Amino acid sequence: MPEPILVIDNVSKVYPGRRGMFGRSAEVQALKGVSISVDRGESFGLVGESGSGKTTLTRSILHLEQPTSGRILFEGRDLATLSGAELRRLRARVQIVFQDPYASLNPRMTVQDIVTEPMVVHQDVLGLNGRQRTERAAELLSLVGLGPQHLRRFPHEFSGGQRQRICIARALASGPELLLLDEPTSALDVSVQAQVLNLLCDLQDRLGLTYFFISHDLAVVRYLCSRVALIYRGELVEEGETAQIFDAPETEYAQMLIGAMPEVAVPSAGRPSTPMT
Amino acid sequence: MTDLAHEPAPAPVSAGGDRLRRALFRFRQSRLSVIGAVIVGIVLFFTIFGTLLAPYPDQVAGAVDTAARFQPPSAAHPFGTNELGQDVLSLVMAGTTVSVLAGFGVVLIGTVIGTLVGAVAGFAGGWTDEALMRLTDLTLTIPSLILAMAIAAALGPGFVNMVIAISLSWWPGYARLVRGEVLAAREETYVTAARAIGASPRRILFRHILPNVVSPIIVKMSLDMGFAILTVAGLGFIGIGVRPPTPEWGTLLSLSRSYMPDYWWTAMAPGMAMFLAVFGFNLLGDGLRDLLDPKARR
Amino acid sequence: METPLLAIRDLHLTMSSFDGHAHVLNGIELTVRRGEIWGLVGESGCGKSLTGLSISRLLPSPPARYLRGEIRFEGRDMLKLPISAVEALRGKRIGMIFQDPTTNLNPAYRIGEQLVDVALAAASHDPTILDCPPRVGRRERKRAARRLAAAMLDRVGIPNPEARLDNYPHEFSGGMRQRVLIAMALIGRPDLLIADEPTTALDVSVQAQILKLLKGTVADHDIGVILITHNLGVVAQTCTHVAVMYAGNIVESGPVAEVIERPAHPYTRALMAAIPTKETRRGALQGLGGTVPNLIAPPPGCRFAPRCPLAIPACTRALPPAVDVGAGHAAACIRVEEERAAAHA
Repeated sequence: MPEPILVIDNVSKVYPGRRGMFGRSAEVQALKGVSISVDRGESFGLVGESGSGKTTLTRSILHLEQPTSGRILFEGRDLATLSGAELRRLRARVQIVFQDPYASLNPRMTVQDIVTEPMVVHQDVLGLNGRQRTERAAELLSLVGLGPQHLRRFPHEFSGGQRQRICIARALASGPELLLLDEPTSALDVSVQAQVLNLLCDLQDRLGLTYFFISHDLAVVRYLCSRVALIYRGELVEEGETAQIFDAPETEYAQMLIGAMPEVAVPSAGRPSTPMT
Repeated sequence: MTDLAHEPAPAPVSAGGDRLRRALFRFRQSRLSVIGAVIVGIVLFFTIFGTLLAPYPDQVAGAVDTAARFQPPSAAHPFGTNELGQDVLSLVMAGTTVSVLAGFGVVLIGTVIGTLVGAVAGFAGGWTDEALMRLTDLTLTIPSLILAMAIAAALGPGFVNMVIAISLSWWPGYARLVRGEVLAAREETYVTAARAIGASPRRILFRHILPNVVSPIIVKMSLDMGFAILTVAGLGFIGIGVRPPTPEWGTLLSLSRSYMPDYWWTAMAPGMAMFLAVFGFNLLGDGLRDLLDPKARR
Repeated sequence: METPLLAIRDLHLTMSSFDGHAHVLNGIELTVRRGEIWGLVGESGCGKSLTGLSISRLLPSPPARYLRGEIRFEGRDMLKLPISAVEALRGKRIGMIFQDPTTNLNPAYRIGEQLVDVALAAASHDPTILDCPPRVGRRERKRAARRLAAAMLDRVGIPNPEARLDNYPHEFSGGMRQRVLIAMALIGRPDLLIADEPTTALDVSVQAQILKLLKGTVADHDIGVILITHNLGVVAQTCTHVAVMYAGNIVESGPVAEVIERPAHPYTRALMAAIPTKETRRGALQGLGGTVPNLIAPPPGCRFAPRCPLAIPACTRALPPAVDVGAGHAAACIRVEEERAAAHA
């Protein structure tokens, strides 16, 4: 049994109520005793609707927020016990791709600056000089389906799908093992979504990445992930193999969610698997 | 997988030049902005060449011609002459340099101080923010002209002292603007992305936040230029700014006050110059705001 | 034959910008009858929202310019009516719902006040909706409007409607706000409802409820609906008919079951192949290469030809006309004709 790459152990998060003019507002329990473990090389899907706590969990894994109780372990080491330097090194190995490709790229930086930034920040670990960084950036761009001719351009010159590719290239720049994918395709058109999903599959096969895929889109999670966890109002409701959850959801919430999926219901005969000849 | 590599390159041909042409196109859509830009262009022209082009350069330097006192506008003196027989046009042209440079100095110093204070307050948060913003509020509670007068009185009159005096009451507006912008930019996803990468706070502030708050600062600077010129003139008018014989619009206006309304032309030229400069900078500022900071419109 | 509720004929629209004039709608043909829910699908920039906005003349002109065509609402051409007449229809006979429920409610007023305002405005055109005797006092009319508002909230499934009328918009969740907006759009008893991505910002479970509500409304009031969405799943679940748009053209249209079971246009097929289903194996999803064409200088002939796996030289010669492929199902593709000919031979 291989050691899991990421363990979320009974994590809770409470946001204290804010003190206002008229007394204290109620505290918000964003996460209630969530436990998840993600194996190396797998794609783990976390499904939840708005307000489910999935964003809080993501931020906690990135250590941008500290859980109120419970532990988050990366390769067996508790994030809370890491020193500043160790934490910085960890950041090179856990990376994230955000939902909105329009907001997650600094509009004043060129693609080259964006993609090389992680290499500059983690210079001490990666040890690349300026030229090597540029070469590596060009490599990364071709890995995600863009090219070196895009290095000098600014984000606004790209379409949503292309920007998301740039975000993926940036996330890969520091050579991470675990990639958090926070709804990476929900801002994209279906045809572009299909391309990005294929790219993600391809990259995982080539680089042996572990995916922690956060989404509200069940169809996408079913397509990409081998295991799924459903989270509702800060609590884990159901967890298991993808096929099992989609075929025989146990909890009422899972049944409702899967029942509400807007599927293109097509009789099997009618669906064209290949274009007409 | 093959289709991935062949997605075509983004369409735009040349990045920078194209962006500039687009900006100019949008700017030209608004006639008032263009008028503003032209007026500002003229004002800046006289800021640089005003003294050189003045028809009576010796009078700019302080020469008087008492024989020609209070001559009404004529071909030789389009805006007449003053109580010392000096050509009003020459004085106003030369005065542009002092007035506009002082205004620019005020805005520049105010921006530097304000941006520093605002950026640190917004980025650091906590008690640093509290302390800096309360200091800002405190400065705002003192009427700026009176503060400037007090500082000018303490430092003594003169061009540099006047600029410093006004600047010290000018920065709070920038501090508040920049703090707000920094607070907003701090929540941008690309800043979170930079934090997730492990970028240092310094890097986040200087690479990711400040470059993205430049536009509103530039807009405020251009809108403020007019008021700064007016404030400089105001200090000149009450006699604690630039001293004669150095020509300055406020001082010129102040001197001509005693000869109104009989010798109205002595006040007319500096007044019009001031009006035009303020008007031009405001129009330009509005145009720039629409261009650079469309969300602030309304 | 009765006059259809809405008939768009050969609608051409250009939008001007720095780069030139973009031909964003290129001969739209669409007929909506009472009782029909038309799904208008396509990817961003295909012109589906512009079509919706054109119907109630909500596009500022310039930059918008209608080159030719007509938009007949119950026989009257919206493009020729004076704008005051269009405004009288807007919000009363033609209801609109937009994507973002937060920006379309005024945060400073209670929900009830906003609904009552809309009801009173609608009543000035059609006094019967208030259901109170003519020539009653203002106070009485207001009370009737409030009763109507509560009834509408009840109908869109907001519990405890009487009390909720006194809440402010921020006291409602996103899904509830969208319901309020639907109530507001329905209060004037519109004959045509245009819903532009009404559920895109909402959770899946809420989306399902809202779509059910929409279907119920059509059944109860016999109105026509245009549902603009990018989600074919939503269309399959909700609509009776669908029109697939690409780059300013309707490339395929017809009854939903027909189009989804037998997609004829290569673009529709590509769109469907891009949606992951239960059977799709990992890595086997079919993306669509290339990008949406530049509409300032659109490709000659069929606008989909540059990305089409089936394109032949003839495709670039002329814009293909819509070809009837049976059961009210039409596709604008010359290869469809070939396929049919081959099938007959």
